[in-house]
Amino acid sequence: MGSSANVLEVRDVCKRFPGVVANDHVSLELKRGEILALLGENGAGKTTLMNIVYGLHRPDEGQILVDGSQVQIKSPGDAVRLGIGMVHQHFMLVPVFSVAENVVLGVEPRRWRAVFDQAKARARVRELSQRYGLEVDPDALVKDLPVGVQQRIEIIKALYRQAKILILDEPTAVLTPQEADDLFRIMRQLAASGVSIIFITHKLREVLAVADRIVVLRGGRVVGTASPRETDEAALAAMMVGREVILKVERGPAHPGAPVLAVHDLRAADDRGLLALDGVSFTVHAGEVLGIAGVQGNGQKELAETLTGLRRARGGRAELLGHEITNRPPRQIIEAGTAHIPEDRQRHGLVLSYPVADNLVLSTYYLPPFAHGPLIDYSQVEENARARVREFDVRTPSIYTRTGGLSGGNQQKVIVAREFSRPIKLLIADQPTRGLDVGSIEYIHSRIIEKRDAGCAVLLISAELDEILALSDRIGVLYRGRLVAVLSAAEATKERLGLLMAGVAE
Amino acid sequence: MGSGSAAANRLARGKPHNYRRLALIAAIIVALAGVTVLVGRGRTSPAVIVASFIATTLAVATPLTLGALSGIYCERAGVVNIAIEGLMLGAAFFGFMATMYARKAGLPSEASLLVGLGAALLTGLLLSLLHAVLSITFRVDQVISGTVINILAIGLTGYLHQQMVFSGTSAASAGVLPTLRIPLLADIPVLGKVFQQQPIAITAIVLVLVTHLVLYRTIWGLRTRAVGEHPRAADTVGINVARTRYVNVLIGGLIAGLGGAYFTIESVPNFQPLMTNGRGFIALAAVIFGNWTPLGAWAAALLFGAAQALQINLQFYADAIPSGLDFLRKSQIVGMVPYILTMIAISGIMGRSTPPAADGQPYEK
Repeated sequence: MGSSANVLEVRDVCKRFPGVVANDHVSLELKRGEILALLGENGAGKTTLMNIVYGLHRPDEGQILVDGSQVQIKSPGDAVRLGIGMVHQHFMLVPVFSVAENVVLGVEPRRWRAVFDQAKARARVRELSQRYGLEVDPDALVKDLPVGVQQRIEIIKALYRQAKILILDEPTAVLTPQEADDLFRIMRQLAASGVSIIFITHKLREVLAVADRIVVLRGGRVVGTASPRETDEAALAAMMVGREVILKVERGPAHPGAPVLAVHDLRAADDRGLLALDGVSFTVHAGEVLGIAGVQGNGQKELAETLTGLRRARGGRAELLGHEITNRPPRQIIEAGTAHIPEDRQRHGLVLSYPVADNLVLSTYYLPPFAHGPLIDYSQVEENARARVREFDVRTPSIYTRTGGLSGGNQQKVIVAREFSRPIKLLIADQPTRGLDVGSIEYIHSRIIEKRDAGCAVLLISAELDEILALSDRIGVLYRGRLVAVLSAAEATKERLGLLMAGVAE
Repeated sequence: MGSGSAAANRLARGKPHNYRRLALIAAIIVALAGVTVLVGRGRTSPAVIVASFIATTLAVATPLTLGALSGIYCERAGVVNIAIEGLMLGAAFFGFMATMYARKAGLPSEASLLVGLGAALLTGLLLSLLHAVLSITFRVDQVISGTVINILAIGLTGYLHQQMVFSGTSAASAGVLPTLRIPLLADIPVLGKVFQQQPIAITAIVLVLVTHLVLYRTIWGLRTRAVGEHPRAADTVGINVARTRYVNVLIGGLIAGLGGAYFTIESVPNFQPLMTNGRGFIALAAVIFGNWTPLGAWAAALLFGAAQALQINLQFYADAIPSGLDFLRKSQIVGMVPYILTMIAISGIMGRSTPPAADGQPYEK
């Protein structure tokens, strides 16, 4: 078989889940040593397709061929035997185990049949890490390692199982730009040594940077194939969404007014009681967006929660329009004019089992016109819901639908609709577009800019540098609980921010 | 380089705060032994008292040790086991019944005791199979499943015991398992008493070491811990999560069955309703206090055992208790010590324990 032969071929695969067709006659082929990007929005069917290839789902129809012969992949074990490895979006690593233990788990080197051979496991990891230039300490515990390294362990894990086909599911979602570049270097090196890679993503820039070939999925179907040399971001985005997309947020210059939020030397601990916010000071003015960049876990969550009264400050103060809001109850902070789009919309933003109408009054149900004393006037709640659903284009079968049944984008719109329809002075948006499709991102970005232009102060916390750069008038970088720099939008380049995010002092 | 970092790795796994906790446990045991010496020194030499205190501690810690090991196998695989009490109570009862019937059928005492032991193990196995089916296959809340077994065991043994009253004299008792002398060690003067133990007590200590090796040195142990920490990760590398959990819950059931046999086959040749008297729950506390490690849980079991040994010894020396320490004569007060220690142990005052991350979570593919 020649080196240009297909190592993997997917033919006419269909997969239906109750209510949706996740894959509709999808076909694709992967050549030896090729990096194939699978591009599509959330819900386009990328992950489903790869889960089928990896044996986590069974296809309803269609065939899969590995090295030219048809195969049945019934479990991840089958996939591994066929030389297919997958690095999941959420890492499949045991935090309290060592690197070596994680790599060999399930295929352990052994002595006397039952005894685990630690020394050999360690040696194998060292060997693989040297051969492919993937630096790791085999004895380190996974929980102590940064995500970039954890991802490397996942790749080593696949290589240890002799993967010839490597599936990477949204691998850059948790990385700094430098870590992502490092990953791309590793990917090219692996491809050069004959490993074939399928790279699932919705980030256009990355696709153009690293892929040899691009397959675009939309609504469970292959809508196009492209070569990075012959296409550009706009064309790919249009293919992905099915219409022209405005990639750049339309926004005029900011007209900052008086200070709205003043934070001085704020300190807070994380859930384990360790100092996660270590003396942060900044000011957000009316009519401007202050973006807070940083790799996840550098105090962003603690910052948002402390400012919204969900976490106790251990020191310092925060003032909203001159009134102290440090360690005040959340309701008082909300009533003072703060809107909050929380990081985890499903756990902290919505009551998923409530109907849409109820979620739309979560912060105002006790006030007129919704409440008369202890009673809630449901006709008002429903009227409000109809108006908000129309105004914010929430796609829901009805206002009585369980909010948990909506798509991610529509859930986020419910939150935005609720938070934006009160008179607010300050918006704290924590990862406002995480996991959303391009269309919803576009929508939410334009609503945020609208609020800014209406004179609202916006604190935008995001791990997506593109988002920070697209919306912010000033940009601060959080690193290990400290605000290491605040740059104007003009000074902030991706490279400069990336270095600051990685803790490299200027 | 390799061996150095390997040692560091091993230390890290031992969780550093465990050493402080172990020292604390040792200190309390020494203090309890000290009280006994203080009270009894007028009658017996301190060395003899200490030897007998240690021997009693090891013996009475047996069901706690076995209960804790049972819990460790289950919980390290991610299945919460609050049914230890019920498993032991059921095993104690059916072990006793089987011994009685075997004796009645004319078997010699030793053979009857072995039949009883087999029945106790089988009871532990079957009750834990129920727990496994409910909590692994049907994904019932594991605390509820465990509670079901506890209530079932109390009700069933109480009822059957009432129905099958053996008038004390009608059936000849088979007695209890004989005391074994560990060669050489048992001949040491004074201290030799520590090495004269009954078979289940000895087995319990052996099982502590075996469990330690199984969990930390074998592939089965590695996979078990992986399943208890991150079942999805284990699943994606081809480990059968349900099977691993089943086998560990059943091993735990067998060990709890042995713990139940201690009550009616090794300790006393009799069954009383509710005779496990909360030992299964104290064993659970030992699991937590021992941070889900066999050696740590054993140390905790010895602590609770020492508290019980104190009670037994004080009863023995009741008339020698000096005036001014009269409260030590009140068995209700001394009897509370193990339970108070249990509450202190799990309250978190003596450091926090970290359970396996997926403990108690049913796994759905």
